[in-house]
Amino acid sequence: MNVRKEAMQTPKNIIQKIWEQHVVHQEEGKPDLLYIDLHLVHEVTSPQAFEGLRINGRKVRRPDLTYATMDHNVPTRQRLVINDPISKKQIDTLQENCQEFGITLADIHHPDNGIVHVIGPELGLTQPGKTIVCGDSHTSTHGAFGALAFGIGTSEVEHVLATQTLWQAPPKTLNVKVNGKLGVGVTAKDLILAIIGKFGVQFGTGYVMEYTGEAIRSLSMEERMTVCNMSIEAGARAGLITPDETTFEYLRGRRHVPQGEAFEEAVAKWQSLATDEGAAYDAVVEIDAAEVEPQVTWGTNPGMCIPVTANVPSPDDVDRPSEQDEINRALEYMGLTAGEPISNVKIDHVFIGSCTNSRLSDLRKAAEVLRGRMVSPSVTAIVVPGSFSIKLAAEKEGLDVIFKEAGFEWREAGCSMCLAMNDDIVPAGERCASTSNRNFEGRQGNGARTHLVSPEMAAAAAVAGHFVDVRQFTAQEVM
Amino acid sequence: MEPLRIHQGLVCPLNRPNVDTDQIIPKQFLKRIERSGFGQYLFYHWRFDDAGNLRPDFPLNLTKYQGASILVAGENFGCGSSREHAPWAVQDFGFKVIIAPSYADIFKNNCVKNGILAVQASESQVQTIMKNAEAEGYKLTVNLEEQRVFDNSGFEMTFDIAPYPKQMLLNGWDEIGVTLTYEDKIKQYELAR
Repeated sequence: MNVRKEAMQTPKNIIQKIWEQHVVHQEEGKPDLLYIDLHLVHEVTSPQAFEGLRINGRKVRRPDLTYATMDHNVPTRQRLVINDPISKKQIDTLQENCQEFGITLADIHHPDNGIVHVIGPELGLTQPGKTIVCGDSHTSTHGAFGALAFGIGTSEVEHVLATQTLWQAPPKTLNVKVNGKLGVGVTAKDLILAIIGKFGVQFGTGYVMEYTGEAIRSLSMEERMTVCNMSIEAGARAGLITPDETTFEYLRGRRHVPQGEAFEEAVAKWQSLATDEGAAYDAVVEIDAAEVEPQVTWGTNPGMCIPVTANVPSPDDVDRPSEQDEINRALEYMGLTAGEPISNVKIDHVFIGSCTNSRLSDLRKAAEVLRGRMVSPSVTAIVVPGSFSIKLAAEKEGLDVIFKEAGFEWREAGCSMCLAMNDDIVPAGERCASTSNRNFEGRQGNGARTHLVSPEMAAAAAVAGHFVDVRQFTAQEVM
Repeated sequence: MEPLRIHQGLVCPLNRPNVDTDQIIPKQFLKRIERSGFGQYLFYHWRFDDAGNLRPDFPLNLTKYQGASILVAGENFGCGSSREHAPWAVQDFGFKVIIAPSYADIFKNNCVKNGILAVQASESQVQTIMKNAEAEGYKLTVNLEEQRVFDNSGFEMTFDIAPYPKQMLLNGWDEIGVTLTYEDKIKQYELAR
């Protein structure tokens, strides 16, 4: 009896609380059988899962907890014209599968269509305390709401479709403490890049992360999504932030959240998720927000980033031969010279979009930098809103006009140039300042060179034709 | 899924850290709606030049590694996207076992679901294997039951694996079939909410 009492009093962190609430079954020698509250589906990682159901004569157990959209392949010039027959087949296949299995689908004709990690929160499908999965690694985005959200492979997609559960070993927990305040002109994107730059691309492997601290609390929901989105680039399948008033205000009135009194009840439940005082984590890392500067990635993974004021690193900066090789390979691929100031590096393309940075506030901030300025003649710049409704909202406030007058192309919603599965490709050897999440070799096109930045930094680079410290740039008079 | 108990095979080294899934299977090949046929695209831009010719210096293209079924790689192998096309490509190319100091979580999970054994070894064990594999015809035997990897000239190591993925691999289970036997528990959970 005493033992149980003690166990009940053990303080828990939010990750442990959500986990415990979702355990369907536990037994020796097995991971926990975990219940999934929301399963998001898109066209690229689902066809083989539906095929598996058909072969085995299985049904989708909870179509009501499953929601599909198409985003990876969709064209952004003319929404309904898909030139690539294989892309079209994948899109048509999702349509057929959703019809056959009774799943709600926001297809390319639908007003709710958009990037899966943008529309989940927009529609209020994403809620605190939920377990959320999707066949996409950036599912970690939804952690911004205090949900346990992680990417899964296609076999697991099939497993969730058939059983609404997953076998999962309880994760280790990691507290990422961000102390102090971010400086003026420093964004959530700079913060998460700086975190990955400081601790490396695999410090989160095996963990679920909770972001805590003053700087995190003062972020808006859209900024929190940017941070959680890139948890996977640190190796963590999931990263989350305890829900608070900012979260509840964002959610209030959205279509799929409880309404009226039921909402207040939900808020009370969500508040109880907060990490108990004295709760332990398996690991803690800390960073001082005030030391973060606007970041630019120079290499071929998101950990290879530096402040815009710094120089491209050299293999001589590190000791291990394997790390030296990696830097050399990255410099060669990126066409950069060790020691050159990153602000000297000229760019050919700018991409503002992706599940990291395509929300209304991202577009507003980029537009603010662009107002009254022109994109450099040597730069091709596109902006791809994260969803159809963001596009409409932006047009309503005239952001499209600012972008177009500055020389940007104003496109339809989708994943677009983040991974270049549609026609939006950066040509080999050309350089792109991108607000997306991965600067891997070939990510934006075979041989393409990607530099990850914030929307503000991307806009400033578009005008300057090279990287520039947006803090000084915006202080200058518009010519 | 095919069971994997003991496997002996030729070893191919890929001495690079942080090999991401965009390298393992570039995005232009993710549009197929089948599970099969991805092997031809494995490490596509590392295996082939822009004209589609084999790059002669890439390990997988070397004559001595043709037919390799054990891939030895650097740390954080399989980082990046959740695309299961990555392990499908690895497997379809002919690899049954990967040995690396560490893996990305989702990739490692995806391997188990497809009957690929991802052995976690120490950095120094991996370096030893890489060095040994410079010799022509270097083979390793992997015994999953005993959690042991060895060659026939004295190298031997043991490795850790959790009981569940081990049983999955040894038995080649259809995981969904197993889970569906817990239907009552799932129903109970749903009713209790």
